[in-house]
Amino acid sequence: MSAVTTTHAIDSDHNKAHVKRIWKAFWVLLILTILELGLGLTIYNIDLNPNPSESLVLGLKGIICILTLAKAFYIISIFMHLGDEIRNLVMSLAIPALSFIWFIFAFIYDGNSFKNLRNTDAGSRKYIEKVQQHPVPAIKEGEKN
Amino acid sequence: MQTTLARNKSQLWSGGKSPFNVSYGKLMMWYFLMSDSFTFGAFLISYGSIRFSLNHWVDHNYVFNEFPFTEANLPLAFVSLMTFILIFSSVTMVLAVHEGHKMNQKGVEKWVALTILGGLAFLSCQAWEWTHLITGEHKVLVDGTIKYWGTTMSHNPWGPKVMFNGELVATPGPVAFGGYFFGITGFHGFHVFTGVIINTVMLIKTKLGHFQQRGHYEMIEKAGLYWHFVDLVWVFVFLCFYLI
Repeated sequence: MSAVTTTHAIDSDHNKAHVKRIWKAFWVLLILTILELGLGLTIYNIDLNPNPSESLVLGLKGIICILTLAKAFYIISIFMHLGDEIRNLVMSLAIPALSFIWFIFAFIYDGNSFKNLRNTDAGSRKYIEKVQQHPVPAIKEGEKN
Repeated sequence: MQTTLARNKSQLWSGGKSPFNVSYGKLMMWYFLMSDSFTFGAFLISYGSIRFSLNHWVDHNYVFNEFPFTEANLPLAFVSLMTFILIFSSVTMVLAVHEGHKMNQKGVEKWVALTILGGLAFLSCQAWEWTHLITGEHKVLVDGTIKYWGTTMSHNPWGPKVMFNGELVATPGPVAFGGYFFGITGFHGFHVFTGVIINTVMLIKTKLGHFQQRGHYEMIEKAGLYWHFVDLVWVFVFLCFYLI
């Protein structure tokens, strides 16, 4: 069994290149995370405005999702060495994982549809956003519990 | 070895050896991780569908804005510290695997020990965060009276704000938030905890020279795969709970 485990050459040139690649992946992950944090803080600051632009926030969130996928790719291919394995192994893992694409769309669509049905009593009325029009009646301090 | 590996890349399996050029143990670790990713995926997708089905969800920038030893409003700061700790412990793990390929026992010991430290640091951060969320007191308007709630499985003080006695006060938010947050980060924390135990066993076995006798450090590789998976899941937990 040990014959199949030592698939990585042990000469020193390959060695140095490999360590270099690991650190490169680390810096890439670090930079992607910092970018995500920057975008997250941008969203926080946009939301501080009285009328935040929803499409801008949604776009930024989309960019964050793409950056996350890039991070996942780096972790799997460099840190977990899946990039060094043969293609059949990669495919036997990647093809089942592709079903996530369908799961994500289907379940989020379902959740959204459930919200619309509930908000409109299954389409029988228009959706009116509940905004607190009047302040809640004041209660005396003594009644606090 | 290298030439046979290169040639096998494009050829169909003809028996007599591992079909994927990896050992049985490593292959099964990959399949275990795939099944585990479906568990985490199911949790996160269920969280997503519940979140999309509600008109109001919590604003994570206000729930997770605290940092130990300071009262300042620092959204994202503490969780980014946790993320950096986990990414760094992933690097130390991959360096341990690399030292294992070189059959360098001292190197493996050093990097696995650092990985364990990283895992423990992450768990401590999570313990602080949970304690802070559960014991924190936030003003909530419940049925016309002001109450002070922590964020728990049954209480969510982060609902929409209303005017009350001339000030904006939060109302109870969806209860699902606490369940999903503590459930998913708890399940992930449990994985980190398991990873720390596995790495500790690996460290002890390395120190005893078991892998040196065996002639290869494949167990470190398998433990490494698990540890990187924990990091991989955190990337998505971080995305779903703290960023979007």
